[in-house]
Amino acid sequence: MTHAIELEDVSRAFGAVLALDHVSLGILPGEFFALLGPSGSGKTTCLRLIAGFDHPDSGRVLLDGEEVTDVPPYDRNLNTVFQDYALFPHMTVAENVAYGLRVRGVAAAEQRRRAAGMLDLVRLGSYGDRRPAQLSGGQRQRVALARALINQPKVLLLDEPLGALDLKLREEMQVELKSLQQRLGITFVFVTHDQGEALSMADRVAVFSHGRIEQLDTPRGLYTRPRTAFVANFVGSANVVTAQAAERLTGRRESFAIRPEQIDLLADDAVPAAGLIWCSGKLEDILYHGASSRCHVRLDAGTVLAVARPESGSASHVPPRGSSVRIAWRPESMVLLESG
Amino acid sequence: MLRPVATFLHGRNAFYVSLLLLPPLLWLGTVYLASLFALLTQSFYAIDEFTARIVPEFTLKTYGQLFTQPANVDIVLRTVFMAVAVTAAAAVVAFPLANYMARHAGPKMKALCYVGVMLPMWTSYLVKVYAWRLILAKQGIASWAMTSLGLGGALDTLLATPVVGGPSLASSYIGMFIVFVYMWLPFMILPLAAALERVPGSLLQASADLGARPGQTFRNVVLPLALPGLAAGSVFTFSLTLGDYIIPSVVGAPGYFIGMMVYQQQGTAGNMPLAAAFSVVPIVLIAVYLALAKRLGAFDAL
Repeated sequence: MTHAIELEDVSRAFGAVLALDHVSLGILPGEFFALLGPSGSGKTTCLRLIAGFDHPDSGRVLLDGEEVTDVPPYDRNLNTVFQDYALFPHMTVAENVAYGLRVRGVAAAEQRRRAAGMLDLVRLGSYGDRRPAQLSGGQRQRVALARALINQPKVLLLDEPLGALDLKLREEMQVELKSLQQRLGITFVFVTHDQGEALSMADRVAVFSHGRIEQLDTPRGLYTRPRTAFVANFVGSANVVTAQAAERLTGRRESFAIRPEQIDLLADDAVPAAGLIWCSGKLEDILYHGASSRCHVRLDAGTVLAVARPESGSASHVPPRGSSVRIAWRPESMVLLESG
Repeated sequence: MLRPVATFLHGRNAFYVSLLLLPPLLWLGTVYLASLFALLTQSFYAIDEFTARIVPEFTLKTYGQLFTQPANVDIVLRTVFMAVAVTAAAAVVAFPLANYMARHAGPKMKALCYVGVMLPMWTSYLVKVYAWRLILAKQGIASWAMTSLGLGGALDTLLATPVVGGPSLASSYIGMFIVFVYMWLPFMILPLAAALERVPGSLLQASADLGARPGQTFRNVVLPLALPGLAAGSVFTFSLTLGDYIIPSVVGAPGYFIGMMVYQQQGTAGNMPLAAAFSVVPIVLIAVYLALAKRLGAFDAL
């Protein structure tokens, strides 16, 4: 199967900073793909190379199996939703949406008809005559989406499209984008630093760090089988136990990660079931999170582990701060990490 | 010691603001607006032809003189044509540089460009004009350089052009045009660069992303968004050319310009009303120009 997008051994440096360090990546047609990472990790550079706004120092970029490394953006069959939406302030909403048709010489009547159709698709049918400055953030976002989709691209690139929206709107747009992608059946490539967004929307996620892909996997794969300490920490929260500390807990000198919700908090005198790994410690801190509480337990061996305790509705189950407790977990919930 | 004053002003916002505005408003109101009003009033007086005294009675005689005497009409037209040509040329020369400064230059290069653009303004205006007369003289650097480059024939052909040509660059309208463009170029570059700097780079990328070739992006996005800067810069170059009287008297052909006429009428000729009427012309032209620019949407992107 031909990849919709392929990066082959791509590198890009800005001065002394290596933004992308020999990255290879294949994105399948119709896939909702997320590029996830902290700022400066190379994810946005990666998107810019795919869009054609930047040129790699070495390596190749392929769209649909054809090399486009040297093809300018206006000759690539893909479109972009920009982080700041990049709507043209001197044009109306309808003119913005029709821009892609206008520069291709489509007749004015056809431009108007298709722009109106696009605005209906993003539920802004009656806003065509307004200026972008007269719209709210969420509406501008939908205009940017309509404008990017009007040329019927095979691939839509989205650069942190939800970053500027407030939490509630962001959650609505997540659902909307996902359903739009399923309806259109085109490839979405989505840049985000928000791991929750990547996990809930993407089919596959590439986690970037320091210009390299740390791990490329499905959201479930990333969460349940993080390969490195970076991924374990960045995707969800995790207790990352160093090799030294692990030796004292499990007897094996191998670094591992364990999710807080995989650890049970027991009373000091409770006897853990057979087959569980357990140790005792002191409850240092309890942070109330609503659906659960986060307990920090300092083990007798010195390590501090976070334990998630689901909210049961009464406070009586939580031992007081400073009390001695035991914690236990199943050996298979530990994920061994690659060093480095 | 200033604390009681600060405490007193705190919360008395209107009082504080009016205190700040009082000096500039006084200056603007009395010195500037009042003298402008006096000038306008003068233009509606006329001079008694026998006594050469100003008759302080309302009349349109002076304006009649301005618009019916062919010599005066010529002066107005000559000045306006020069101002339009200088403005257009300044815009064409300034755009690439302003665009480079706003979009492509690194921080150091950008600072260097700004200094380079403004540096000539630190030199005396008269020194520059007389320097240009020497540069453009018959045996000057300009003609020497063109002859050495084998372009002597081209220069001769240029100078042989009727009306704008002349015996040498220094005594032709072409030479005057060159000096005007040189003088007012910074006033076009700076507002243009400021306007272009406010255009986010993502707009140009979005345009290219949607399929626009560089030329289309320039016409559809860059130019419309640079219009406020272009309008501001052209008001400078246009009005400065309309009002200048030194460059036309030092460089170029002997024909009169509005500024020279104002200088002469209020001085040697002692016809203050005609001088005033002449100086109203640029004011009206700029007002018309701004109204046109606004109607064409030059300030919509502000």
